[in-house]
Amino acid sequence: MSDSTAIAHAAPDDPHAGGHEAHPAYLRHHFENVEQQADAAGFAMWLFLLTEVMFFGGLFTAYLIYRNWYYPAFVAGSHQLNIFWGTLNTAVLITSSFTMAMGVWCAETRKKSGLVLCLVLTFILGLGFLGIKTVEYKEKIEKHHVPGFHYSLNSFLNPDSDAEAKAAGDKPLAPDMAEHTEVYFSLYFAMTGMHALHMIIGIAILGYMIFRARAGAYTSGHVTFVENFGLYWHFVDIIWIFLFPLLYLISRHPN
Amino acid sequence: MTDQKEMEESQHHIVSPVVYIIIGGALLVLTGVTVGASYLELKIFNPIVAIAIACIKAVLVVLFFMHVKYSSKLTKLTVFCGLFTFFALIGMTLSDYFTRAWGRW
Amino acid sequence: MSDTIVSLPDQSTARIPKVNFITKENGLLSWLLTGDHKRIAILYMISITFFFFIGGALAGLIRLELLTPQSDLMATDTYNKVFTMHGIIMIFFFLVPSVPATLGNFLIPLMIGAKDLALPKINLLSWYLYVAGGILAIYTMATGGVDTGWTFTTPLSTHYVNTNVLTTGLAVFIAGFSSIFTGLNFIVTIHKMRCPGMTWFRMPLFCWAHYAASILMVLGTPVLAITIVLVALERTIGIGVFDPAKGGDPILFQHLFWFYSHPAVYIMILPGMGVISETISTFSRKRVFGYTAVAFSSVAIAVFGFFVWAHHMFIMGISNYSMLVFSLLTMLVAVPSAIKIFNWTFTLYKGSITFETPMLYTFGFMGLFTIGGLTGVFLGAAGTDIHLTETYFIVAHFHFVMVGGMLMAFLAGIHFWWPKMTGRMYPEKISQLAAVVTFIGFNLTFFPQFILGTLGMPRRYAAYPPEFQVLNVFSTAGATILGVGYLLPILYLTWSLKYGEIAGNNPWQATGLEWQVQSPPLTENFAVTPIMDHECYDYEWLENQKVKEVSSVG
Repeated sequence: MSDSTAIAHAAPDDPHAGGHEAHPAYLRHHFENVEQQADAAGFAMWLFLLTEVMFFGGLFTAYLIYRNWYYPAFVAGSHQLNIFWGTLNTAVLITSSFTMAMGVWCAETRKKSGLVLCLVLTFILGLGFLGIKTVEYKEKIEKHHVPGFHYSLNSFLNPDSDAEAKAAGDKPLAPDMAEHTEVYFSLYFAMTGMHALHMIIGIAILGYMIFRARAGAYTSGHVTFVENFGLYWHFVDIIWIFLFPLLYLISRHPN
Repeated sequence: MTDQKEMEESQHHIVSPVVYIIIGGALLVLTGVTVGASYLELKIFNPIVAIAIACIKAVLVVLFFMHVKYSSKLTKLTVFCGLFTFFALIGMTLSDYFTRAWGRW
Repeated sequence: MSDTIVSLPDQSTARIPKVNFITKENGLLSWLLTGDHKRIAILYMISITFFFFIGGALAGLIRLELLTPQSDLMATDTYNKVFTMHGIIMIFFFLVPSVPATLGNFLIPLMIGAKDLALPKINLLSWYLYVAGGILAIYTMATGGVDTGWTFTTPLSTHYVNTNVLTTGLAVFIAGFSSIFTGLNFIVTIHKMRCPGMTWFRMPLFCWAHYAASILMVLGTPVLAITIVLVALERTIGIGVFDPAKGGDPILFQHLFWFYSHPAVYIMILPGMGVISETISTFSRKRVFGYTAVAFSSVAIAVFGFFVWAHHMFIMGISNYSMLVFSLLTMLVAVPSAIKIFNWTFTLYKGSITFETPMLYTFGFMGLFTIGGLTGVFLGAAGTDIHLTETYFIVAHFHFVMVGGMLMAFLAGIHFWWPKMTGRMYPEKISQLAAVVTFIGFNLTFFPQFILGTLGMPRRYAAYPPEFQVLNVFSTAGATILGVGYLLPILYLTWSLKYGEIAGNNPWQATGLEWQVQSPPLTENFAVTPIMDHECYDYEWLENQKVKEVSSVG
């Protein structure tokens, strides 16, 4: 019983010599089998997503505190955001999550052209999201609502001078509360900016994946990369699912 | 070994596109609902409803798009740990802010 | 110190095994592009030692300045930079990666019967991130340093200093990701790659400790990352999130910073506790008393560690309610650590104790960590903390737990597993001398600081009232002795690489899978996947093994 199971022998130089059973090329040698490898990779991806949750957690904490402290400023700031673009972006991202999930299904069922199509659609929708974001950011820049870059309090001290504020029926804010709108926009740019950065990274990886998918890399049984990227993409979607109501939908009801 | 069996099941279960279509549709509908609800005067419930709907959407994405419903216990535990720590950060930090009045400059 | 459990092979015929992870491939690139966890561990060991000596040199400068009450060796601004960089380098570039990245990386796969960690490329990336962060930290020092204290307290760091806060922040950010990837790797490996028969409760306690520390690394470090990002945004474009003039709250920075930095201290100490579990068992020839309690206490420390961070902020302006809650929780978090100390002590009871170098460091750990931990209880009580915080009492407290505790555990581990990593034994007499010198130097350095703290000397001051000078002189004298104690291992360990005795598989007659393979191990660790058929720390199993063992052929 206590034979050499726990004592190492000198290894033969070629690990594939001497009746080594066949295994896929993508099986790394420190794993016993492909199931263990895929399982470990998936678990590792989930742990990475946990780090992302905590990373955004700091921003959400800051948001919750300052929304509680400066509610009127947050209302005024939120009214500056365009609900149409925000809702459209949310729909775009949800659809891209759908196409990504379909992509994973295509990989699992070995449908190469389906996978490529889904990845391309996800890619385009991702770009669409960023395009809409660019439009929104441009508007903020034009109206001097970017903290640290000639930030202007005009829209909040004189709401009638501002189209969005007037449409929302905002009253003028007291000067100190108007200054606190800068905190709102700081968090707006920090949170959406960090989210957009994650989108950009995701889109770049998608580009690489489309290229590899066309070569058939993911439709021969080795779906781990697509699956794990899918987890990442859905996570980025979830962040936006929370950012949208928190930033865009503060007190939108007409008084 | 149950670990092994769970592992194989979670890897072999392929979620059907029908599920994705239903969930995707539900997510879009809920988006519309949350926008609509924001235009109603619900006083203190406005943010509560908004967050609640966001949580439901997030749960749908996690369970179905991210396959957690069909995953191993370990995956579910991992998700729980992340949420737990996230709420510890927010909850205990906010508890400081909600119990002091100073700081509202 | 007459008996010893050391059992070396016959030196006239013993050889280092010809095929091992060091000789397998040659050339610099084979090291710089390696996936082998053992090689990465060696890379880490070299870089960590390098940064330890930089941090140590900075400590020397601090102690030199504090010999006299006036700020005469350097300007006060320079002194601020010196202690800041000392803290940053010692914490982020030495203590956090010390045991996990060197010993953890090397040993965890061996201990659980795996061929490597789950993600070898991520492991290598982790080292490169560490080196990048380290180089950036050195660049920061070379271009003027940073003087905010390692805690980067706002609004000082965001509005009132003109020093390299951003580059330092970036260096720490990068090093943080190194830590995250190491922890992530360990968690996946321990969950998914244990060999057949290696159940959770047959794993060495070293692995449990690293598992708990890894949870902290993965969940806590990202909050530090976002905090640094916010400080950077505050400094560069003035977003106002920590600026009272714009409605921000500086205390928010501290909440986010300490949310990581308190678990960070557990990230630092838990792996050291893992080492102690191994050495105390081996040098008492007895299984660790209360294995389950020690294993669960590691996880308990990790969980509770997330709920106590505001005890660093008692005087900063948090609410009374928060002070109450965090103070109470801090008392609770001391319990699992105490459980470990009790269990290790009961391991010693009726054991066959011998006093080899790792055991000397272990005893040092037990005494000094206990003192440091108990002083932590004084600090956890908000009432006493108000008087003791920001004095030398705090400085003494964390140096007792980190240097008297963690660093001693690190040295215990390096000496314990040195024969496994290199195949050679270090010279015993001089290493025992170094351990004793370190212990004496440490106590002379840091014990006076407890007294200084209670007498009221503030920390982070280059100049102090003359009545504190005598104790400061003792402290500096101790620091000199301590420096000698740390220098000696570098010398004799390096010497032992060429001239040390051949160690053989199991010079300590220890249990554990890592001791059943050759020293140094093969690249793939095990030629045949081991099957774990006995409990952990099973010395009877070991006796049976010796009877049937055939020594490996070199």
